Amino acid sequence: MAELLRTHPLEAWTSAFERLPDTVRITVEPFVATVDVRLGAVGPEVRTHLGVDLPTAPNTWVPADAGRAVWLGPDEWLLSSTTETPEELEARVRAAVLPLGGSATDVSAQRIGLRLTGARVRDVLAKGCSIDLHPRVFGRGSSAQTSLGQAGVVLLALSDAGDDHVVLVRSSFAGYLADWLLDAALEFTTTPDR
Amino acid sequence: MSTPFRTPAGGRIDRATTLQFTFDGLGFTGHPGDTLASALLAAGRHQVATSIKLGRPRGIAAAWAEDPGGLVQVEEPFPEPMLLASTVELFDGLVAHGLPGQGRLADVPDSARYDAVHHHVDVLVVGAGPAGLTAALTAARAGARVALVDEQSEAGGSLLSGTDRIDGVPALEWVSNAVAELARHPEVLHLQRTTAFGVYDDGFALALERRTDHLGAAAPKEVSRQRVWRLRARSIVTATGAHERPVVFADNDRPGTMLAGAARTFLHRYGVLPGREAVVFTTNDSAYDAALDLHRAGVRVQAVVEARPEAPPHRREECERAGIRVLPGAVVTGTQGVERVTHALVAPFSDGQVGTSSAVACDVLLVSGGWNPAVHLFSQARGRLRYDEGLGAFVPGEEVDGLSVAGSAAGVLDLAGCLADGQRVARETLSALAIDPAADDRLPSAPEPVAPTAPLVLWRVPDTSGAEGATQFVDLQRDATVADIARAVGAGLRSIEHVKRYTTIGTAHDQGKTSGVLTSGITAELLGVPVRDTGTTTFRPPYTPVAFAALAGRDRGSLFDPERVTALHQWHVAAGAVFEDVGQWKRPRYYPEPGEDMEAAVLRECAAARTGVGILDGSTLGKIDVQGPDAAVLLDRLYTNLISSLKVGSVRYGVMCGVDGMVIDDGTVLRLAEDRFLVLTTTGGAAKILDWMEEWVQTEWPDLRVHCTSVTEQWVTFPVVGPRSRDVVGALFPDVNVSNEAFPFMTWRDTSLEGVPVRLARISFSGELAFEVYVSPWYAVAVWQRLLEAGRPYGITPYGTETMHVLRAEKGYPIIGQDTDGTVTPHDLGMAWAVSKKKPDFVGKRSFARQANQDPRRKQLVGLLPVDRQTVLPEGSQIVEFLADGELPPPPVPMLGHVTSSYRSAELARPFALALVKGGRERIGDTVHVPVNGTLVPVEVTGSVLVDPEGARRDG
Repeated sequence: MAELLRTHPLEAWTSAFERLPDTVRITVEPFVATVDVRLGAVGPEVRTHLGVDLPTAPNTWVPADAGRAVWLGPDEWLLSSTTETPEELEARVRAAVLPLGGSATDVSAQRIGLRLTGARVRDVLAKGCSIDLHPRVFGRGSSAQTSLGQAGVVLLALSDAGDDHVVLVRSSFAGYLADWLLDAALEFTTTPDR
Repeated sequence: MSTPFRTPAGGRIDRATTLQFTFDGLGFTGHPGDTLASALLAAGRHQVATSIKLGRPRGIAAAWAEDPGGLVQVEEPFPEPMLLASTVELFDGLVAHGLPGQGRLADVPDSARYDAVHHHVDVLVVGAGPAGLTAALTAARAGARVALVDEQSEAGGSLLSGTDRIDGVPALEWVSNAVAELARHPEVLHLQRTTAFGVYDDGFALALERRTDHLGAAAPKEVSRQRVWRLRARSIVTATGAHERPVVFADNDRPGTMLAGAARTFLHRYGVLPGREAVVFTTNDSAYDAALDLHRAGVRVQAVVEARPEAPPHRREECERAGIRVLPGAVVTGTQGVERVTHALVAPFSDGQVGTSSAVACDVLLVSGGWNPAVHLFSQARGRLRYDEGLGAFVPGEEVDGLSVAGSAAGVLDLAGCLADGQRVARETLSALAIDPAADDRLPSAPEPVAPTAPLVLWRVPDTSGAEGATQFVDLQRDATVADIARAVGAGLRSIEHVKRYTTIGTAHDQGKTSGVLTSGITAELLGVPVRDTGTTTFRPPYTPVAFAALAGRDRGSLFDPERVTALHQWHVAAGAVFEDVGQWKRPRYYPEPGEDMEAAVLRECAAARTGVGILDGSTLGKIDVQGPDAAVLLDRLYTNLISSLKVGSVRYGVMCGVDGMVIDDGTVLRLAEDRFLVLTTTGGAAKILDWMEEWVQTEWPDLRVHCTSVTEQWVTFPVVGPRSRDVVGALFPDVNVSNEAFPFMTWRDTSLEGVPVRLARISFSGELAFEVYVSPWYAVAVWQRLLEAGRPYGITPYGTETMHVLRAEKGYPIIGQDTDGTVTPHDLGMAWAVSKKKPDFVGKRSFARQANQDPRRKQLVGLLPVDRQTVLPEGSQIVEFLADGELPPPPVPMLGHVTSSYRSAELARPFALALVKGGRERIGDTVHVPVNGTLVPVEVTGSVLVDPEGARRDG
């Protein structure tokens, strides 16, 4: 038997994304192993056990080895890894945080990621996101759990120029959000379908 | 049509371009920069409509949103009712007609786009007149993030209507420089054609930008027609100007009667004369500018009727030099004419007494009763208003956090004062935000005004017509008069809010912009109390009407509500599934084969699951990962049954109740480890139950060492159901011993497929032998297809939610939310077995001891079998019973309960239903009746389990 094929919920949107101008570039992020980490108090022992620092400043994310650690709440993080399988990551992180009274749950497939780049991305996001995305306020390393359109998302700023973001969205809302983004980007599309 | 009233030059219009438009079926011309009102006036047309109740002719009475007269319906390019001719920007091809107070909504969908944008600033300035522009410049120069919004097509505010000079140059040159400077500041958002219509808590304001309305049919389709700006400002400066107030007199609604300032706007901004012969009636200094400007433009000003005993000396001199007659101590008592004013009736006036009227010929009557600061946004922000005796108007009466008022909106009525006020307020605002003003921030200069003479506060002229105020119009839109206010006061109403509702004054599209303060004044006069005691009615958003389409924005059509889909959605679509909405989810309801209707498809799908094998996409089930040393403790407290005794590798069905003991959700629990469970909820209960768990953990039991994480979309779930399911699952997962002995009912096993982890669970929602297959959605399509391949020899049949419902109902499995309604206990559902008697406590336990919960007459879940073996009872049908004599009891016939689920059963070869029936279990074997389409259908009450009550099938 052939190896099991993976399918992405936004496969059908690929060509629509490709038609977008450079000012509003949407690309689907590769699948990545991700765990939801819960931990009451974060001290220096976390780095010892986990090998990475979990950010403690609200609404931030930090690079973590070959992935990211995203602050979701005072006792909750998303921790991703591009070098491990979901099972490996969950097992490693769970083993690390259990002695600290924490927990870890594989949520790799719970969300998909979209990379939004370009000069008009902030204008597109502003059509459906009520938080302040000005680069002075939401620069690289910022994150937020917020709404985009009517979808709950985790938003990460990747640049200090406000032109590079990652949006994590529940897989079941991916199609809605893709449609919403394409609709919001319409006025910045140089060759609109008429 | 010719434009005899267009001036030969001047105005902010593009005379090189001519626009064609149609009004009331007649062709007209105008220019870019015109409004519909100015273009009609250029043709000499004042009357626009007739009034809503009395059918009286009504015309253009003001130059912007305060106009109570010029109501129109636009027909082309798209039908839109209840617009003002004075705010509709002219474009080529406009088709409109006058409206008698009511319009017509389009009967075709609006194809224009409407959208919204969120924007954050330090300072929001509302109004780009002299005060607003100065405030915006001061804030921008300081480096603040600024939004400046203004409702007109260009900046300038009152400067557009006059001949002022600022910094030694024509004011509009200064405006143009200011706008250019603002454009150079990267942190300034400057929006024209944008009305801030609502101010809410914490610096939140809504503004409507009319982006392409003025382009008519030429508007680009990809650009939104209107945009709602959702502005969040650390501080708001409102520099919204002032509305001129009319004076009420008899027949003051006659077309040709217009606010004096509006006439000046039409002249200077649009290059239009309001008439040839004018009478100007005023109580204050400002109308002299209109009289003198019109005179210079060639209008014959017949008289300035000055209500004060003496005209201001310098104004009188200016008029004398121009040859304009000034009549001090006089008022206009009425008008003559039919569809247009022909004469103003002028009478001496002193100490409130009116003398004998004489008629003065005119074709336009200009009125000024003073100025009302536009305090709407301040009042919306809960700012208290103060009555200013000198102005005869309400002004901001207190400081409001985060919102300041500048310029004439604050009662400053001269240009130099407005410029200074704009800068002062902006600097105070910056100071409060800890932003330093720029060193080069300079105050623009304007000539010092001649000290004004105090205005006379005159709400209405005593009625000498004999009509007792019945033709003295206060609110032209509502045809409401002084007589109506007198009637309200006579009926005993004292509160201005009550007078408003009794008379309907201020409730039309203009929301009382001209009539509101007049009503306060006239009511106070009639009651003999000071105006400050009467006050005003509450100002509420929106300041001007906003279309629902604009508020809806992009949340319409397929974006109205998010459509959630599973990883298999594209497969379902390709398979021809008919979908149903389950909350936000799109779930396949059934998969019709060619020629099948729903009934045939569902009977086929049911038969496959009962006799062969079926497969369902059950991925929408809620899933919660519960981890921690106290995970079992938490679940013991939330489920009615015991969970902690569950062994790792096993599954248990559980019921959750609210604190009232009523069922809120049900589902299965898989024990993954000593300290880890996978909790399955209903599709609709997923978010609610996670919140429920978090609420208890965070607020009541923070000592529990447990964490709950949603994994609803981390796993797809495919129940493989039917006598041949073991063959299918065994074939695809050969390393799993699927025998009943090795893999018994209510257990789970982990395995893998091509290295991909897969979890199998012996859970059945149909009563049949069944295996639920759990896998990551990344592999959903591949695993589903492998299952279909493995099942092909057995005729594996995908089935949808309808078949799932039939199968579960045949087994008497309730759907929480369909067979229950928040008043149903586990005992009512026949699930006393799922309520632990051993546990010391759990949520809902206390309520089970209540007497009402022990009542044998409670509604209980039972089965119903229509005796005719034909009728599918409509869900929701009422259930009644005959008296002993075989007759129905007299109405109202007591209701025993209602049908909660009803289907046709392939297995039973007849329809059946589930129902909540009073004392239902005692009635098993009885015949009761269900009214269906006027006929009473006899039905037999049965137990709720109609198929395989022994449970013989679940192990295959």
